[in-house]
Amino acid sequence: MSSAVLGQDTRAVGRGRPGVRLNLTPGSTLGLGVAMLWFSLLVLIPLAAIVATAGKDGVHGYVEVLENPQTWAAIKLTVGQSALVTLLNVVMGTLIAWVLVRDRFWGRGLLDVLIDIPFAMPTIVTGLVLLGLYGPQSPLGVNVANQRASVTLALAFVTLPFIVRTVQPVLAELDADVEEAAASLGARRLTILRRLVLPSLVPAITAGAALSFARAISEYGSLVLISGNLPYKTQVVSVRVSSFIEGGDQTSAAALATIMLAVALFVIVMLDIIQRRVARRG
Amino acid sequence: MTHRHRIIALTAAAVVVPAVLAGCGSSSGSSSGKVSVVGFSVLKTANTPVIADFQKTSAGKGVTFSQSYGASGDQSRAVIGGLPTDEVHLSLQPDVDNIVKAGLVDSTWDQTPTKGMLTDSEVVFVVRKGNPLGIRGWDDLTKSGVKLVTPNPASSGGAKWDLLAAWAHGEGTSGGDPQGQAFVTKMLGNAVALPDSASDALASFLAGNGNVLLAYESDAIAARAAGDDIDYVVPDDTLLIQNPVALTKDASTAAKDFLKFQLSTAGQADYARSGFRPVIEGTSVDVPGANDPSNAYPAVPTQYTIDKTFGGWDKANAYFDDSTGAIAKILSGLHVGG
Amino acid sequence: MVELSAPVKWALRLIAVGYVLMLVGWPMVTLAQNAFSDGLTNFTSAFSDPDVVHAMVLTIEISGWAVAINTVFGVGMALLLVRYEFPGKRVLSALVDLPMAVSPVVIGLALLLVYNGRTGWFGPTLEANGVQVMFAMPAMIMATCFVSLPLVVREVVPVLTEIGDDQEQAARSLGASATQTLRRITLPAIKWAVVYGVVLTFARSIGEYGALKIVSGNLSGQTQNAPLVIAQLYDNFAKGEAYAVAFTLVLLAVLCIVIVSLLRPKESSS
Repeated sequence: MSSAVLGQDTRAVGRGRPGVRLNLTPGSTLGLGVAMLWFSLLVLIPLAAIVATAGKDGVHGYVEVLENPQTWAAIKLTVGQSALVTLLNVVMGTLIAWVLVRDRFWGRGLLDVLIDIPFAMPTIVTGLVLLGLYGPQSPLGVNVANQRASVTLALAFVTLPFIVRTVQPVLAELDADVEEAAASLGARRLTILRRLVLPSLVPAITAGAALSFARAISEYGSLVLISGNLPYKTQVVSVRVSSFIEGGDQTSAAALATIMLAVALFVIVMLDIIQRRVARRG
Repeated sequence: MTHRHRIIALTAAAVVVPAVLAGCGSSSGSSSGKVSVVGFSVLKTANTPVIADFQKTSAGKGVTFSQSYGASGDQSRAVIGGLPTDEVHLSLQPDVDNIVKAGLVDSTWDQTPTKGMLTDSEVVFVVRKGNPLGIRGWDDLTKSGVKLVTPNPASSGGAKWDLLAAWAHGEGTSGGDPQGQAFVTKMLGNAVALPDSASDALASFLAGNGNVLLAYESDAIAARAAGDDIDYVVPDDTLLIQNPVALTKDASTAAKDFLKFQLSTAGQADYARSGFRPVIEGTSVDVPGANDPSNAYPAVPTQYTIDKTFGGWDKANAYFDDSTGAIAKILSGLHVGG
Repeated sequence: MVELSAPVKWALRLIAVGYVLMLVGWPMVTLAQNAFSDGLTNFTSAFSDPDVVHAMVLTIEISGWAVAINTVFGVGMALLLVRYEFPGKRVLSALVDLPMAVSPVVIGLALLLVYNGRTGWFGPTLEANGVQVMFAMPAMIMATCFVSLPLVVREVVPVLTEIGDDQEQAARSLGASATQTLRRITLPAIKWAVVYGVVLTFARSIGEYGALKIVSGNLSGQTQNAPLVIAQLYDNFAKGEAYAVAFTLVLLAVLCIVIVSLLRPKESSS
């Protein structure tokens, strides 16, 4: 697997360059077509239905939703907390992936197993368990119930697997030869990490970060119990969408959902741009 | 007729005749009856003995049931969205009215002796075991030191009962809207959590949040029967919770028989044992979990109802309208915890 | 490989282990405690109800479908995005992540708007032709695919990017067909990324609640999956049973991860 064998250019950025891209062949065009058909039926058309419903009141509908002070506060809280947790995950996720791949110690296997559990836990159970441990009856005396920190906690729980699991396989694939060569040439550990390892991980980190942010802004079930659902303080956007639906206002619910979709797309695109910048610089 | 034609005719007959007979059979409501029930969350437990007892009767023999339970609003929207059902049994009338508007239930559904209601309950205060704060009535909820938990009516239709009860108390015998508003504002000033459903509110309370929870008597009784360490207080003046039931336009005959059973003494006794106040006279059963199991449903001295106190659900719902509702305004002006 | 100094190594270990234990480990212990609060009573009580057993089986069935569909879609999409060039590629890449950003309530509403049999865009036509989407398996599988759609793609894309296409180019220049290259070179190279993606997809699928609550109709013993049955048990004051089923669900996910860990070669690549 070593690129040195094929006499390729191994620059500091690693072999993260994707290589020559092909134009579509008939086979791959068919594949793309089938994939797009499924994607449309599953995602694009239903989301279009949401945007269409949102548009029933025109721009006025969107403005009304944004002007509602509870909704605006929920948007600020949700986006802010999701960004915070994503940053937390970038650091902790990479760190944990490193420990899982590059380190050996007793209990590492157990750590590996724990990582995916947040995905499998139904959100109601997560909510109950977090409330029991980090609420008024916390055995450790740590009570974040009904406070902003509870939102951070619940979001950190449900987004834990993302960056860890996207970075792990990449880290495992990294060619050790390159690092050893650099080390034998006298490069310090920090330099090797900064110039060789980290840039190779950037695509994986940004991929995980995009998913982490996306999941965080849409989270509902695990938050709602421990956060106390207090307007202006701990009420997230998903609850506002639910409230609009409960109140029979499908248009506002769809408008708010569309706004959040736009926010998510924006962040995803931003992360993609960041990833390209870093890949180009190396 | 040729040989082949005879075979075709016989085969056709062999298929069509039993089908017709089966069709006749089910429309006379006998052994091949099916009933689908869509109900609000806590009815799962309550309906189990009712269905079992119905299946012991001659009308219910061999009838199979399909059941779906969830939040009242969600269930209402599911039925409107095409979830096939014979009967809906929901938390509050507006959820049924929406199904009527969608054309799936006849507008005469509530022209019954019980005005379309199947089970009742009361808005009560759930407190810690032993009632350490000595909560007796609504005014106690405005005292300092009270930490209130109540579900948010914006997220849960069923939560409307709790705040309407509070408003009704505020209005009192002579007061009007301003008094109602003043009281609810004062009371909500003590709120520490506004969970998105009654079930979450109870979970929050059991996990140690707050010291008073606004809840339904039926939930309180069921929770105590299941072993939860709580007490409940029925104030002297409170709102009657009335859960509507309606059959869809194409409900099966078995469903009509089932509804008759649910409204009978036997059915109502089963619901009473599960914590719901009967809507008919003459049932007297022991209710595990009630404050006094042998006298579980004492009459409430001052009984508010949606019809008498608010003039119907249309007027009551107006309090929660996002832009003009008085209670909605109080909630959106609430800055709990600073 | 970069060898970190011992104190740094230990610091990293402590932080990683501490974080994961406090965030996930301890909640798991609590879940187990609640599930086993009465010995095995909660379990026997819960699983003696045929509706609960049906819910577990249904969950695995739906998740199996979602994993299969999303894996095919995920690997295919990853290959298209990394190895090929076509107009709209970057837009598609951004859109693939989007499903994860959609709140479960909105997913349910979106699918309902399109596929509901009374007023939906496609629903009435489909149902007239005998295809029941809403409140049946198709909608449940679709909702589950929706919530886990990007997972396989996002596992495979970074690895495909990282390994480069040197070997694939070499194979092509040696005369291998596209299928041969795919089967012999590409797929084995991304094997572990796909496996991670599958495990994540399965875990996410068995735990889905919000969207399924809306599209399934929550019919006991028919369209109720495990998370829905857990919620129903809890709402009906059967807490112990709810925790028992939840524990079983998590155990299922853990089993998958353990099997994968055991199958992995013990030595890290050197």
